[in-house]
Amino acid sequence: MTVKTPIYLDYAATCPVDPRVVDKMVPYFSQAYGNAASRTHAFGWAAEEAVENAREELAKLIGADAKEITFTSGATESNNLAIKGVAEYLHEQGNHIVTLVTEHKAVLDTCKHLERHGHEVTYLPVAPDGRVTAQQVADAIGPKTVLVSVMFANNETGVLQPIAEIGKVCHDKQVLFHTDAVQAYGKIPIDVEAMSIDIMSMSAHKIYGPKGVGALYVRRRRPRVRLAPQIHGGGHERGNRSGTLNVPGIVGFGEAARIAREDMPEESARIVRLRNRLRDRLRQAVQHVTLNGSEEQVLPGHLNMSFEYIEGESLLMALKDVALSSGSACTSASLEPSYVLRAMGLNDELAHSSLRMTIGRFTTEQEVDYVVELIEKHVKRLRDMSPLWEMVQEGIDLNSIQWAAH
Amino acid sequence: MAYSDKVIDHYENPRNVGSLDKSDETVGTGIVGAPACGDVMKLQIKVEDGVITDAKFKTYGCGSAIASSSLVTEWVKGMKVEDAMQIKNSQIAEELSLPPVKIHCSVLAEDAIKAAIADYQKRQKPGD
Repeated sequence: MTVKTPIYLDYAATCPVDPRVVDKMVPYFSQAYGNAASRTHAFGWAAEEAVENAREELAKLIGADAKEITFTSGATESNNLAIKGVAEYLHEQGNHIVTLVTEHKAVLDTCKHLERHGHEVTYLPVAPDGRVTAQQVADAIGPKTVLVSVMFANNETGVLQPIAEIGKVCHDKQVLFHTDAVQAYGKIPIDVEAMSIDIMSMSAHKIYGPKGVGALYVRRRRPRVRLAPQIHGGGHERGNRSGTLNVPGIVGFGEAARIAREDMPEESARIVRLRNRLRDRLRQAVQHVTLNGSEEQVLPGHLNMSFEYIEGESLLMALKDVALSSGSACTSASLEPSYVLRAMGLNDELAHSSLRMTIGRFTTEQEVDYVVELIEKHVKRLRDMSPLWEMVQEGIDLNSIQWAAH
Repeated sequence: MAYSDKVIDHYENPRNVGSLDKSDETVGTGIVGAPACGDVMKLQIKVEDGVITDAKFKTYGCGSAIASSSLVTEWVKGMKVEDAMQIKNSQIAEELSLPPVKIHCSVLAEDAIKAAIADYQKRQKPGD
Protein backbone atom coordinates (compact mmCIF):
# COMPACT_ATOMS: atom_id res chain seq x y z
CA MET A 1 0.00 0.00 0.00
CA THR A 2 1.41 3.37 -0.91
CA VAL A 3 0.30 6.29 1.15
CA LYS A 4 1.77 9.74 0.95
CA THR A 5 3.41 10.71 4.21
CA PRO A 6 3.34 12.63 6.47
CA ILE A 7 -0.29 11.92 7.30
CA TYR A 8 -2.23 14.65 9.05
CA LEU A 9 -4.51 13.38 11.83
CA ASP A 10 -4.61 16.51 13.96
CA TYR A 11 -7.58 18.39 12.52
CA ALA A 12 -8.67 19.43 16.01
CA ALA A 13 -5.47 21.46 16.32
CA THR A 14 -5.86 23.21 13.00
CA CYS A 15 -6.82 22.49 9.40
CA PRO A 16 -5.32 23.20 6.02
CA VAL A 17 -7.12 26.11 4.40
CA ASP A 18 -9.53 24.80 1.79
CA PRO A 19 -8.34 25.81 -1.71
CA ARG A 20 -11.78 27.31 -2.39
CA VAL A 21 -11.28 29.51 0.66
CA VAL A 22 -7.85 30.64 -0.51
CA ASP A 23 -9.24 31.56 -3.95
CA LYS A 24 -11.89 33.69 -2.35
CA MET A 25 -9.41 35.48 -0.07
CA VAL A 26 -6.71 36.32 -2.58
CA PRO A 27 -8.31 39.42 -4.21
CA TYR A 28 -8.74 41.04 -0.82
CA PHE A 29 -5.01 41.31 -0.21
CA SER A 30 -3.89 43.57 -3.03
CA GLN A 31 -6.90 44.39 -5.20
CA ALA A 32 -9.89 45.00 -2.96
CA TYR A 33 -7.64 46.05 -0.09
CA GLY A 34 -9.84 48.77 1.35
CA ASN A 35 -10.48 49.38 5.02
CA ALA A 36 -14.00 48.16 5.79
CA ALA A 37 -14.44 51.24 7.95
CA SER A 38 -13.72 53.68 5.10
CA ARG A 39 -17.07 55.14 4.15
CA THR A 40 -15.83 57.69 1.64
CA HIS A 41 -14.72 55.59 -1.32
CA ALA A 42 -15.30 52.44 -3.34
CA PHE A 43 -12.34 50.59 -1.80
CA GLY A 44 -13.96 50.83 1.61
CA TRP A 45 -17.41 49.96 0.30
CA ALA A 46 -16.13 46.84 -1.43
CA ALA A 47 -14.38 45.68 1.74
CA GLU A 48 -17.43 46.40 3.84
CA GLU A 49 -19.66 44.47 1.49
CA ALA A 50 -17.33 41.47 1.58
CA VAL A 51 -17.27 41.55 5.37
CA GLU A 52 -21.06 41.76 5.57
CA ASN A 53 -21.45 38.81 3.20
CA ALA A 54 -19.14 36.78 5.39
CA ARG A 55 -21.04 37.85 8.50
CA GLU A 56 -24.21 36.61 6.84
CA GLU A 57 -22.61 33.23 6.10
CA LEU A 58 -21.40 32.77 9.69
CA ALA A 59 -24.85 33.62 11.04
CA LYS A 60 -26.66 31.33 8.61
CA LEU A 61 -24.72 28.33 9.86
CA ILE A 62 -26.15 28.73 13.39
CA GLY A 63 -29.58 30.21 12.76
CA ALA A 64 -28.54 33.68 13.90
CA ASP A 65 -28.91 37.19 12.52
CA ALA A 66 -25.83 38.72 10.86
CA LYS A 67 -25.97 41.64 13.31
CA GLU A 68 -25.27 39.15 16.08
CA ILE A 69 -21.79 38.26 14.79
CA THR A 70 -18.72 40.11 16.09
CA PHE A 71 -15.41 39.38 14.41
CA THR A 72 -12.33 38.89 16.56
CA SER A 73 -8.73 37.76 16.14
CA GLY A 74 -9.58 34.18 17.09
CA ALA A 75 -11.45 32.07 19.57
CA THR A 76 -9.14 32.85 22.47
CA GLU A 77 -10.09 36.48 22.10
CA SER A 78 -13.74 35.50 21.66
CA ASN A 79 -13.69 33.57 24.93
CA ASN A 80 -11.96 36.44 26.71
CA LEU A 81 -14.44 38.96 25.35
CA ALA A 82 -17.45 36.80 26.22
CA ILE A 83 -16.46 36.02 29.79
CA LYS A 84 -14.71 39.23 30.84
CA GLY A 85 -17.23 41.27 28.85
CA VAL A 86 -20.22 39.80 30.70
CA ALA A 87 -18.48 39.75 34.08
CA GLU A 88 -17.54 43.41 33.77
CA TYR A 89 -20.85 44.58 32.34
CA LEU A 90 -22.94 42.79 34.96
CA HIS A 91 -20.64 43.29 37.94
CA GLU A 92 -23.34 45.13 39.85
CA GLN A 93 -25.76 42.23 39.38
CA GLY A 94 -23.45 39.49 40.57
CA ASN A 95 -19.98 38.05 40.51
CA HIS A 96 -20.45 34.32 40.10
CA ILE A 97 -19.58 32.24 37.03
CA VAL A 98 -20.24 28.54 36.42
CA THR A 99 -17.97 26.58 34.10
CA LEU A 100 -16.36 23.13 33.67
CA VAL A 101 -13.04 21.70 34.79
CA THR A 102 -12.48 20.42 31.24
CA GLU A 103 -12.83 23.76 29.45
CA HIS A 104 -10.10 25.03 27.15
CA LYS A 105 -7.40 27.12 28.82
CA ALA A 106 -8.76 30.21 27.09
CA VAL A 107 -11.84 29.86 29.32
CA LEU A 108 -10.16 28.50 32.46
CA ASP A 109 -7.39 31.07 32.56
CA THR A 110 -9.86 33.87 31.88
CA CYS A 111 -11.94 32.64 34.82
CA LYS A 112 -8.83 32.43 37.02
CA HIS A 113 -8.02 36.00 36.09
CA LEU A 114 -11.50 37.08 37.16
CA GLU A 115 -11.13 35.19 40.45
CA ARG A 116 -8.11 37.34 41.21
CA HIS A 117 -10.34 40.35 40.70
CA GLY A 118 -13.13 39.42 43.07
CA HIS A 119 -15.21 37.02 41.02
CA GLU A 120 -16.23 33.59 42.21
CA VAL A 121 -16.11 30.66 39.84
CA THR A 122 -17.60 27.19 40.18
CA TYR A 123 -15.74 24.57 38.16
CA LEU A 124 -18.14 21.66 37.64
CA PRO A 125 -16.67 18.16 37.52
CA VAL A 126 -17.48 15.79 34.65
CA ALA A 127 -18.50 12.13 34.61
CA PRO A 128 -16.08 9.44 33.37
CA ASP A 129 -17.56 9.87 29.88
CA GLY A 130 -16.55 13.54 29.98
CA ARG A 131 -20.06 14.94 30.28
CA VAL A 132 -21.78 17.27 32.69
CA THR A 133 -25.55 17.27 33.27
CA ALA A 134 -27.95 20.18 33.02
CA GLN A 135 -28.96 19.37 36.59
CA GLN A 136 -25.37 19.95 37.78
CA VAL A 137 -25.47 23.35 36.09
CA ALA A 138 -28.89 24.16 37.58
CA ASP A 139 -27.66 23.24 41.06
CA ALA A 140 -24.60 25.44 40.72
CA ILE A 141 -26.53 28.56 39.72
CA GLY A 142 -27.11 30.93 42.63
CA PRO A 143 -28.49 34.44 43.11
CA LYS A 144 -25.14 35.99 42.20
CA THR A 145 -24.56 33.93 39.05
CA VAL A 146 -24.22 36.11 35.94
CA LEU A 147 -22.80 33.63 33.43
CA VAL A 148 -22.64 29.94 32.63
CA SER A 149 -19.83 28.99 30.25
CA VAL A 150 -19.89 25.38 29.02
CA MET A 151 -17.99 24.22 25.97
CA PHE A 152 -19.96 22.66 23.13
CA ALA A 153 -17.43 19.90 22.47
CA ASN A 154 -14.12 19.17 24.12
CA ASN A 155 -10.96 19.74 22.11
CA GLU A 156 -9.12 16.66 23.42
CA THR A 157 -11.92 14.09 23.42
CA GLY A 158 -14.58 15.59 21.15
CA VAL A 159 -17.18 14.84 23.84
CA LEU A 160 -20.36 16.87 23.42
CA GLN A 161 -22.12 18.57 26.32
CA PRO A 162 -25.94 18.67 26.57
CA ILE A 163 -26.00 22.23 25.27
CA ALA A 164 -29.73 22.59 24.59
CA GLU A 165 -30.60 21.33 28.08
CA ILE A 166 -28.07 23.61 29.71
CA GLY A 167 -29.34 26.51 27.60
CA LYS A 168 -32.86 25.88 28.81
CA VAL A 169 -31.73 25.82 32.44
CA CYS A 170 -29.94 29.13 31.94
CA HIS A 171 -32.90 30.80 30.28
CA ASP A 172 -35.29 29.53 32.94
CA LYS A 173 -33.01 30.96 35.61
CA GLN A 174 -32.29 34.11 33.58
CA VAL A 175 -28.55 33.60 33.54
CA LEU A 176 -26.54 34.25 30.40
CA PHE A 177 -25.18 31.19 28.61
CA HIS A 178 -21.88 31.22 26.74
CA THR A 179 -20.51 28.23 24.88
CA ASP A 180 -17.05 27.79 23.42
CA ALA A 181 -18.04 26.09 20.16
CA VAL A 182 -14.63 26.15 18.51
CA GLN A 183 -14.55 22.41 17.88
CA ALA A 184 -18.25 21.98 17.09
CA TYR A 185 -18.96 24.99 14.85
CA GLY A 186 -19.23 23.85 11.25
CA LYS A 187 -18.95 20.17 12.20
CA ILE A 188 -22.43 19.47 13.58
CA PRO A 189 -25.74 21.35 13.37
CA ILE A 190 -25.99 24.26 15.81
CA ASP A 191 -29.11 26.37 16.29
CA VAL A 192 -28.71 29.22 18.75
CA GLU A 193 -32.50 29.56 19.11
CA ALA A 194 -33.32 25.92 19.73
CA MET A 195 -30.32 25.59 22.03
CA SER A 196 -30.89 28.86 23.92
CA ILE A 197 -27.32 30.00 23.37
CA ASP A 198 -26.64 33.65 24.24
CA ILE A 199 -22.96 33.96 23.38
CA MET A 200 -20.83 31.60 21.33
CA SER A 201 -17.15 31.51 20.39
CA MET A 202 -16.07 30.37 16.92
CA SER A 203 -12.84 30.05 15.02
CA ALA A 204 -12.05 30.05 11.30
CA HIS A 205 -9.01 27.79 11.23
CA LYS A 206 -10.87 24.82 12.69
CA ILE A 207 -13.20 24.81 9.69
CA TYR A 208 -10.62 25.06 6.89
CA GLY A 209 -10.42 28.84 7.09
CA PRO A 210 -7.37 30.97 7.88
CA LYS A 211 -5.73 31.37 11.30
CA GLY A 212 -6.07 34.66 13.11
CA VAL A 213 -9.82 35.10 12.64
CA GLY A 214 -12.55 34.27 15.07
CA ALA A 215 -16.02 35.41 15.89
CA LEU A 216 -18.41 35.78 18.76
CA TYR A 217 -22.14 35.31 18.45
CA VAL A 218 -23.82 37.84 20.75
CA ARG A 219 -27.60 37.52 21.10
CA ARG A 220 -29.58 40.70 20.37
CA ARG A 221 -33.07 39.75 21.43
CA ARG A 222 -34.58 37.79 24.32
CA PRO A 223 -32.34 38.56 26.05
CA ARG A 224 -30.25 41.36 24.60
CA VAL A 225 -26.67 40.62 25.63
CA ARG A 226 -24.33 43.49 26.37
CA LEU A 227 -20.59 43.14 26.75
CA ALA A 228 -17.99 45.49 28.15
CA PRO A 229 -15.45 45.74 25.31
CA GLN A 230 -11.99 44.47 26.10
CA ILE A 231 -10.21 46.18 23.22
CA HIS A 232 -10.89 49.89 22.98
CA GLY A 233 -10.45 52.13 19.98
CA GLY A 234 -12.42 53.08 16.92
CA GLY A 235 -15.66 51.44 17.97
CA HIS A 236 -15.70 48.79 15.23
CA GLU A 237 -18.04 45.80 15.44
CA ARG A 238 -20.80 47.80 17.18
CA GLY A 239 -18.34 48.82 19.83
CA ASN A 240 -17.80 45.23 20.93
CA ARG A 241 -14.35 44.97 19.43
CA SER A 242 -12.30 47.84 18.07
CA GLY A 243 -9.61 47.41 15.47
CA THR A 244 -9.42 47.45 11.68
CA LEU A 245 -11.10 44.35 10.34
CA ASN A 246 -8.98 41.56 8.89
CA VAL A 247 -10.88 41.65 5.60
CA PRO A 248 -9.16 38.76 3.74
CA GLY A 249 -9.36 36.61 6.87
CA ILE A 250 -13.02 37.39 7.39
CA VAL A 251 -13.78 36.68 3.72
CA GLY A 252 -12.06 33.32 4.15
CA PHE A 253 -14.02 32.61 7.32
CA GLY A 254 -17.27 33.35 5.48
CA GLU A 255 -16.40 31.05 2.60
CA ALA A 256 -15.34 28.31 5.05
CA ALA A 257 -18.70 28.67 6.81
CA ARG A 258 -20.57 28.48 3.51
CA ILE A 259 -18.78 25.28 2.50
CA ALA A 260 -19.34 23.79 5.95
CA ARG A 261 -23.06 24.53 5.75
CA GLU A 262 -23.49 23.08 2.27
CA ASP A 263 -21.29 20.02 2.75
CA MET A 264 -22.04 19.17 6.37
CA PRO A 265 -24.50 16.27 5.98
CA GLU A 266 -22.34 14.42 3.47
CA GLU A 267 -19.03 15.35 5.01
CA SER A 268 -19.86 14.48 8.59
CA ALA A 269 -21.23 11.09 7.53
CA ARG A 270 -17.99 10.38 5.68
CA ILE A 271 -15.83 11.51 8.61
CA VAL A 272 -17.85 9.48 11.13
CA ARG A 273 -17.36 6.41 8.95
CA LEU A 274 -13.59 6.94 8.82
CA ARG A 275 -13.37 7.64 12.56
CA ASN A 276 -15.36 4.50 13.36
CA ARG A 277 -13.17 2.49 11.03
CA LEU A 278 -10.06 3.77 12.81
CA ARG A 279 -11.59 3.10 16.23
CA ASP A 280 -12.88 -0.37 15.43
CA ARG A 281 -9.74 -1.52 13.65
CA LEU A 282 -7.52 -0.31 16.48
CA ARG A 283 -9.67 -2.18 18.97
CA GLN A 284 -9.32 -5.28 16.84
CA ALA A 285 -5.60 -4.98 16.23
CA VAL A 286 -4.40 -3.95 19.66
CA GLN A 287 -5.33 -5.39 23.03
CA HIS A 288 -5.53 -3.25 26.18
CA VAL A 289 -6.72 -0.17 24.37
CA THR A 290 -9.41 2.04 25.86
CA LEU A 291 -11.60 4.76 24.40
CA ASN A 292 -11.51 8.03 26.34
CA GLY A 293 -14.86 9.78 26.54
CA SER A 294 -18.38 9.02 25.42
CA GLU A 295 -18.66 6.74 22.40
CA GLU A 296 -21.98 8.23 21.24
CA GLN A 297 -21.95 11.86 22.35
CA VAL A 298 -18.88 12.85 20.40
CA LEU A 299 -17.90 14.97 17.39
CA PRO A 300 -17.58 13.13 14.05
CA GLY A 301 -13.81 13.38 13.66
CA HIS A 302 -12.48 12.87 17.19
CA LEU A 303 -10.88 9.74 18.58
CA ASN A 304 -9.01 9.66 21.88
CA MET A 305 -7.59 6.33 23.00
CA SER A 306 -5.15 5.07 25.60
CA PHE A 307 -2.69 2.33 24.78
CA GLU A 308 -1.90 0.79 28.13
CA TYR A 309 1.68 0.12 29.24
CA ILE A 310 3.11 2.49 26.65
CA GLU A 311 3.99 6.09 27.24
CA GLY A 312 2.26 8.37 24.72
CA GLU A 313 5.24 10.41 23.68
CA SER A 314 7.29 7.36 22.79
CA LEU A 315 4.42 6.20 20.61
CA LEU A 316 4.23 9.61 18.94
CA MET A 317 7.94 9.35 18.26
CA ALA A 318 7.39 6.00 16.58
CA LEU A 319 4.56 7.47 14.53
CA LYS A 320 6.79 10.22 13.21
CA ASP A 321 5.11 10.15 9.81
CA VAL A 322 1.73 10.81 11.38
CA ALA A 323 0.73 14.14 12.89
CA LEU A 324 -1.29 13.59 16.03
CA SER A 325 -1.19 14.63 19.66
CA SER A 326 -0.94 12.98 23.05
CA GLY A 327 -2.27 13.59 26.54
CA SER A 328 1.11 12.56 27.83
CA ALA A 329 2.92 14.90 30.16
CA CYS A 330 6.07 14.49 28.15
CA THR A 331 4.60 16.36 25.21
CA SER A 332 3.74 19.36 27.35
CA ALA A 333 6.05 21.95 28.82
CA SER A 334 4.43 21.56 32.23
CA LEU A 335 5.08 17.81 32.52
CA GLU A 336 1.52 17.39 33.79
CA PRO A 337 -0.62 14.82 31.99
CA SER A 338 -3.84 16.02 30.36
CA TYR A 339 -6.09 17.73 32.91
CA VAL A 340 -9.08 16.86 30.74
CA LEU A 341 -8.44 13.12 30.94
CA ARG A 342 -7.54 13.38 34.65
CA ALA A 343 -10.88 15.13 35.27
CA MET A 344 -12.65 12.17 33.65
CA GLY A 345 -11.11 9.93 36.28
CA LEU A 346 -8.29 8.45 34.23
CA ASN A 347 -5.23 7.70 36.30
CA ASP A 348 -1.97 9.39 35.35
CA GLU A 349 -0.78 6.22 33.71
CA LEU A 350 -3.67 6.04 31.26
CA ALA A 351 -3.45 9.77 30.62
CA HIS A 352 0.25 9.33 29.77
CA SER A 353 -0.70 6.58 27.32
CA SER A 354 -3.30 8.51 25.36
CA LEU A 355 -3.35 9.60 21.74
CA ARG A 356 -5.73 12.07 20.13
CA MET A 357 -6.43 11.33 16.50
CA THR A 358 -8.67 13.76 14.65
CA ILE A 359 -9.95 13.15 11.18
CA GLY A 360 -11.03 15.79 8.70
CA ARG A 361 -12.00 16.81 5.21
CA PHE A 362 -8.91 15.48 3.45
CA THR A 363 -8.40 12.22 5.36
CA THR A 364 -8.63 9.06 3.22
CA GLU A 365 -9.51 5.48 4.03
CA GLN A 366 -6.03 4.44 2.92
CA GLU A 367 -4.49 6.78 5.45
CA VAL A 368 -6.66 5.38 8.21
CA ASP A 369 -5.66 1.81 7.37
CA TYR A 370 -2.01 2.76 7.16
CA VAL A 371 -2.14 4.41 10.59
CA VAL A 372 -3.80 1.34 12.11
CA GLU A 373 -0.99 -0.87 10.76
CA LEU A 374 1.64 1.52 12.00
CA ILE A 375 0.14 1.78 15.49
CA GLU A 376 -0.27 -1.99 15.73
CA LYS A 377 3.38 -2.52 14.81
CA HIS A 378 4.80 0.08 17.17
CA VAL A 379 2.56 -0.74 20.10
CA LYS A 380 3.91 -4.26 19.90
CA ARG A 381 7.50 -3.07 19.67
CA LEU A 382 7.13 -0.64 22.59
CA ARG A 383 5.32 -3.17 24.75
CA ASP A 384 8.12 -5.65 24.15
CA MET A 385 10.33 -2.93 25.57
CA SER A 386 8.01 -2.06 28.48
CA PRO A 387 8.74 -3.40 31.97
CA LEU A 388 5.09 -2.79 32.86
CA TRP A 389 3.89 -5.01 30.03
CA GLU A 390 6.34 -7.69 31.16
CA MET A 391 4.97 -7.54 34.71
CA VAL A 392 1.41 -7.75 33.49
CA GLN A 393 2.32 -10.79 31.38
CA GLU A 394 3.81 -12.35 34.52
CA GLY A 395 0.52 -11.79 36.29
CA ILE A 396 1.76 -9.00 38.57
CA ASP A 397 -0.84 -6.43 39.60
CA LEU A 398 0.82 -3.06 38.94
CA ASN A 399 -1.27 -1.45 41.66
CA SER A 400 0.25 -3.80 44.23
CA ILE A 401 3.70 -2.32 43.70
CA GLN A 402 5.01 0.52 45.82
CA TRP A 403 6.34 2.84 43.15
CA ALA A 404 8.78 5.56 44.10
CA ALA A 405 7.34 8.77 42.73
CA HIS A 406 9.96 11.08 41.33
CA MET B 1 10.09 18.36 20.74
CA ALA B 2 13.17 18.16 18.57
CA TYR B 3 15.45 15.32 19.58
CA SER B 4 19.14 14.89 18.97
CA ASP B 5 20.19 12.30 16.42
CA LYS B 6 21.65 10.17 19.22
CA VAL B 7 18.32 10.01 21.06
CA ILE B 8 16.55 9.06 17.86
CA ASP B 9 19.18 6.42 17.09
CA HIS B 10 18.86 4.81 20.53
CA TYR B 11 15.10 5.04 20.36
CA GLU B 12 14.84 3.46 16.93
CA ASN B 13 17.60 0.91 17.49
CA PRO B 14 17.69 0.37 21.22
CA ARG B 15 20.69 -1.64 22.45
CA ASN B 16 20.28 -4.49 24.89
CA VAL B 17 16.52 -4.63 25.21
CA GLY B 18 15.43 -7.67 27.18
CA SER B 19 15.66 -9.43 30.48
CA LEU B 20 18.18 -11.49 32.42
CA ASP B 21 17.20 -14.22 34.84
CA LYS B 22 16.58 -12.29 38.03
CA SER B 23 16.98 -15.38 40.21
CA ASP B 24 20.56 -15.83 38.97
CA GLU B 25 22.93 -14.85 41.80
CA THR B 26 25.25 -13.04 39.42
CA VAL B 27 22.43 -10.81 38.19
CA GLY B 28 21.37 -7.53 39.78
CA THR B 29 18.02 -5.94 38.96
CA GLY B 30 17.04 -2.31 39.46
CA ILE B 31 13.54 -0.99 38.83
CA VAL B 32 13.06 2.76 39.24
CA GLY B 33 10.40 5.32 38.41
CA ALA B 34 6.62 5.10 38.57
CA PRO B 35 3.91 4.57 35.95
CA ALA B 36 2.06 7.63 37.21
CA CYS B 37 5.09 9.78 36.42
CA GLY B 38 5.28 8.41 32.91
CA ASP B 39 8.52 6.49 33.21
CA VAL B 40 9.66 3.18 34.66
CA MET B 41 13.08 1.69 33.95
CA LYS B 42 14.18 -1.86 34.61
CA LEU B 43 17.92 -2.31 34.29
CA GLN B 44 19.74 -5.60 34.85
CA ILE B 45 23.44 -6.42 35.01
CA LYS B 46 25.31 -9.68 35.04
CA VAL B 47 28.58 -9.58 36.98
CA GLU B 48 31.54 -11.92 36.72
CA ASP B 49 34.73 -11.31 38.73
CA GLY B 50 33.70 -7.75 39.52
CA VAL B 51 33.12 -6.91 35.86
CA ILE B 52 29.73 -6.31 34.24
CA THR B 53 29.59 -8.81 31.41
CA ASP B 54 26.03 -8.24 30.27
CA ALA B 55 23.30 -5.62 30.70
CA LYS B 56 19.68 -5.54 29.64
CA PHE B 57 16.89 -3.01 30.01
CA LYS B 58 13.20 -2.47 29.54
CA THR B 59 11.74 1.01 29.75
CA TYR B 60 8.27 2.47 29.82
CA GLY B 61 8.66 6.13 29.05
CA CYS B 62 9.34 8.80 26.50
CA GLY B 63 12.02 8.65 23.82
CA SER B 64 14.61 10.25 26.10
CA ALA B 65 13.97 7.70 28.83
CA ILE B 66 14.37 4.83 26.39
CA ALA B 67 17.54 6.37 24.94
CA SER B 68 19.03 7.05 28.40
CA SER B 69 18.58 3.47 29.54
CA SER B 70 19.78 2.07 26.22
CA LEU B 71 22.93 4.20 26.44
CA VAL B 72 23.67 3.16 30.02
CA THR B 73 23.49 -0.54 29.19
CA GLU B 74 25.93 0.08 26.35
CA TRP B 75 28.32 1.94 28.64
CA VAL B 76 28.36 -0.46 31.57
CA LYS B 77 29.09 -3.60 29.59
CA GLY B 78 32.73 -4.49 30.29
CA MET B 79 32.96 -1.97 33.11
CA LYS B 80 34.05 -2.78 36.64
CA VAL B 81 31.19 -2.52 39.09
CA GLU B 82 32.88 0.26 41.06
CA ASP B 83 33.38 2.25 37.82
CA ALA B 84 29.73 1.80 36.85
CA MET B 85 28.83 3.28 40.25
CA GLN B 86 30.53 6.48 39.15
CA ILE B 87 28.29 7.12 36.12
CA LYS B 88 26.64 10.51 36.49
CA ASN B 89 23.39 11.64 35.00
CA SER B 90 25.14 14.70 33.61
CA GLN B 91 27.32 12.45 31.42
CA ILE B 92 24.22 10.76 30.01
CA ALA B 93 22.44 14.07 29.43
CA GLU B 94 25.52 15.47 27.72
CA GLU B 95 26.05 12.45 25.47
CA LEU B 96 22.40 12.53 24.34
CA SER B 97 22.12 16.35 24.29
CA LEU B 98 18.96 16.13 26.37
CA PRO B 99 16.96 19.35 26.67
CA PRO B 100 16.46 20.68 30.25
CA VAL B 101 12.89 19.35 30.45
CA LYS B 102 14.22 15.81 29.85
CA ILE B 103 17.11 15.83 32.35
CA HIS B 104 15.02 13.74 34.74
CA CYS B 105 15.29 10.86 32.25
CA SER B 106 19.06 10.79 32.71
CA VAL B 107 18.64 11.00 36.49
CA LEU B 108 16.40 7.97 36.31
CA ALA B 109 18.99 6.06 34.26
CA GLU B 110 21.67 6.83 36.87
CA ASP B 111 19.28 5.67 39.60
CA ALA B 112 18.57 2.49 37.65
CA ILE B 113 22.20 1.41 37.32
CA LYS B 114 22.82 2.23 41.00
CA ALA B 115 19.76 0.21 42.00
CA ALA B 116 20.89 -2.74 39.87
CA ILE B 117 24.35 -2.68 41.45
CA ALA B 118 22.88 -2.40 44.96
CA ASP B 119 20.68 -5.40 44.24
CA TYR B 120 23.64 -7.37 42.94
CA GLN B 121 25.75 -6.50 46.01
CA LYS B 122 22.94 -7.45 48.37
CA ARG B 123 22.80 -10.86 46.75
CA GLN B 124 26.51 -11.42 47.34
CA LYS B 125 26.20 -11.05 51.14
CA PRO B 126 26.86 -14.49 52.59
CA GLY B 127 24.65 -16.18 55.13
CA ASP B 128 21.35 -14.52 54.25
